[in-house]
Amino acid sequence: MELLVSGTNAASGSRWLLCHAVAVFAFLYLPIAVLILYSFNGEGVGGFPPHHLTLDWYRTLFQDAPIWDSVLNSLQVALAAMVIALTFGVPAALALDRAQFPGKALFRRLVLLPLILPGIITGLSLLMLFNVTGTKLSLLTIVLGHGTALISVATTEVFAGLQKLDRAQEEASLDLGANYWQTFWRVTAPNLKLSIIGAALLIFTLSMDEIAVSFFLIGRDNTLPLEIWGRLRRGITPEINAVSTIIFVFSLVAIVFWYRLQVRGEGAGDVGTEIVEAVEGKAA
Amino acid sequence: MFSRAYKTAVTLPPLLWVALFLLLPYLLMFCYSFWSVSASQTIVHSWNVDNYGQLLRVSVYWQTLLRSMWIAARVTTFSLVLGYPLAYFLSFHAGKKKDLLYQMVIIPLWVSYLVRAYAWKTILGSDGVMNTLLQYAHLTKHPLEFLLYSPFAVVLTLTHIYTPFAFLPIYATLEHLPRNLVEASHDLGATPAQTFWKVIFPLSIPGVVAGATFAFVLSLGDFLAPLLLGGPSGIMISNIVVSLFGAAYNWPLGAAISFCMLLLVVSLLVFSERLEKKWSFS
Repeated sequence: MELLVSGTNAASGSRWLLCHAVAVFAFLYLPIAVLILYSFNGEGVGGFPPHHLTLDWYRTLFQDAPIWDSVLNSLQVALAAMVIALTFGVPAALALDRAQFPGKALFRRLVLLPLILPGIITGLSLLMLFNVTGTKLSLLTIVLGHGTALISVATTEVFAGLQKLDRAQEEASLDLGANYWQTFWRVTAPNLKLSIIGAALLIFTLSMDEIAVSFFLIGRDNTLPLEIWGRLRRGITPEINAVSTIIFVFSLVAIVFWYRLQVRGEGAGDVGTEIVEAVEGKAA
Repeated sequence: MFSRAYKTAVTLPPLLWVALFLLLPYLLMFCYSFWSVSASQTIVHSWNVDNYGQLLRVSVYWQTLLRSMWIAARVTTFSLVLGYPLAYFLSFHAGKKKDLLYQMVIIPLWVSYLVRAYAWKTILGSDGVMNTLLQYAHLTKHPLEFLLYSPFAVVLTLTHIYTPFAFLPIYATLEHLPRNLVEASHDLGATPAQTFWKVIFPLSIPGVVAGATFAFVLSLGDFLAPLLLGGPSGIMISNIVVSLFGAAYNWPLGAAISFCMLLLVVSLLVFSERLEKKWSFS
């Protein structure tokens, strides 16, 4: 590290890098700062600088029944999507790791495709399926959409966990007379605990914020992002900033929680790397 | 070591689910793209390639596709220009603060996409943060109108959203880069610039390719930022698809465009995998 900052040229290079980093962070955080600031702005979302700092928008928010209904819908959708994604994503990771079957390469590509495919294509293709089968659009169709798209996240996370797993443990369990079911629950699953919790948290958050797939599969009941979308089109009040600020704070708590869990488990690998490696075909 | 029954039990359920909810819908999309809509607004299940012909014939479709690719290309370039030096700084110069700074790049991803896009509207609007500051500094007399409802606003917002996606894989490759190679280069008398261009950069190309693929594909398919901030000149290909599935009611034509996008994405993925294999270290 030091060897790269030796000499005056290198020092100016590293100063340049530092300035660049500060600028990028400013660019990334500017909208978030604006978002939080305007949640306290009495005058609405336009105008600068903000006038009449107030907590009124938070008060309005707590009395806004449609918003809370949509939050409740989103929580239900996220939980159900998490269950679907894990139910099929964990076995899919085991299959990619341990089984050989015809069409495995296609299967891998299909499972992982929604990670990078623009949501509009996943959403529309499912819309056509539901249309042809005469399925009525509702929260259930959104759950199916999110669950299916997010299997990719569960699979990549768990697959990465399996790569680090010592297979001798499972072998020992089987040799000592445990059946596959017992071995899975007593040996494999506990070893994958961190990957599974990480995947669950990620799936939950992604589902809570998902809009492109939901956009096409929505029935009568709105999820939170769609409720926000509906209001954005009509011109919004800082109430939306207030609800986003609250969600942001909750997300920060979740990140800190996940981070500490990871530190305790001594690095369960990082999500970014694993997803990238999966998409780029290093899995399998 | 795993029995046939075990392998079947872990393979079959996901295989069936994926076949039903991913493969079948894509195939259905492919079928739809050959159908048409009758005058009475019902889907006619007769097979022909008219929709694809229309894509080539009607200029608004392929022009919008080209414009979307141009927007996506700019977003990709800016995301790499912002993301690469940041990843390099974190990996080689950030010392103990590395993990904290890494988390700080990820955190904006946890703020709702929609709300971040909307925040840019507050910043770029005619009575927004940017215009007020510019007028205050006497850099302009009248609010700059091109800031909002323009391709500029779309590129800026999408760059904001996809920079962390470009950063992640670049950072991952830099972190996995064997440090003794860097040391060896230095010991053999290379300047820091030479070490960077001859050793570090070539080895990080797989990460750059992955980051570029993420930024390009995801911004190409975006339709919310253009709707919110794009105005008429910032319309992208997905906006046309949305209107074909909505008010314009022409699902088959929409399906044809979507299927072309699907093909484009899959071929880009295959292409970037090839590139990565070619440049990967080992």
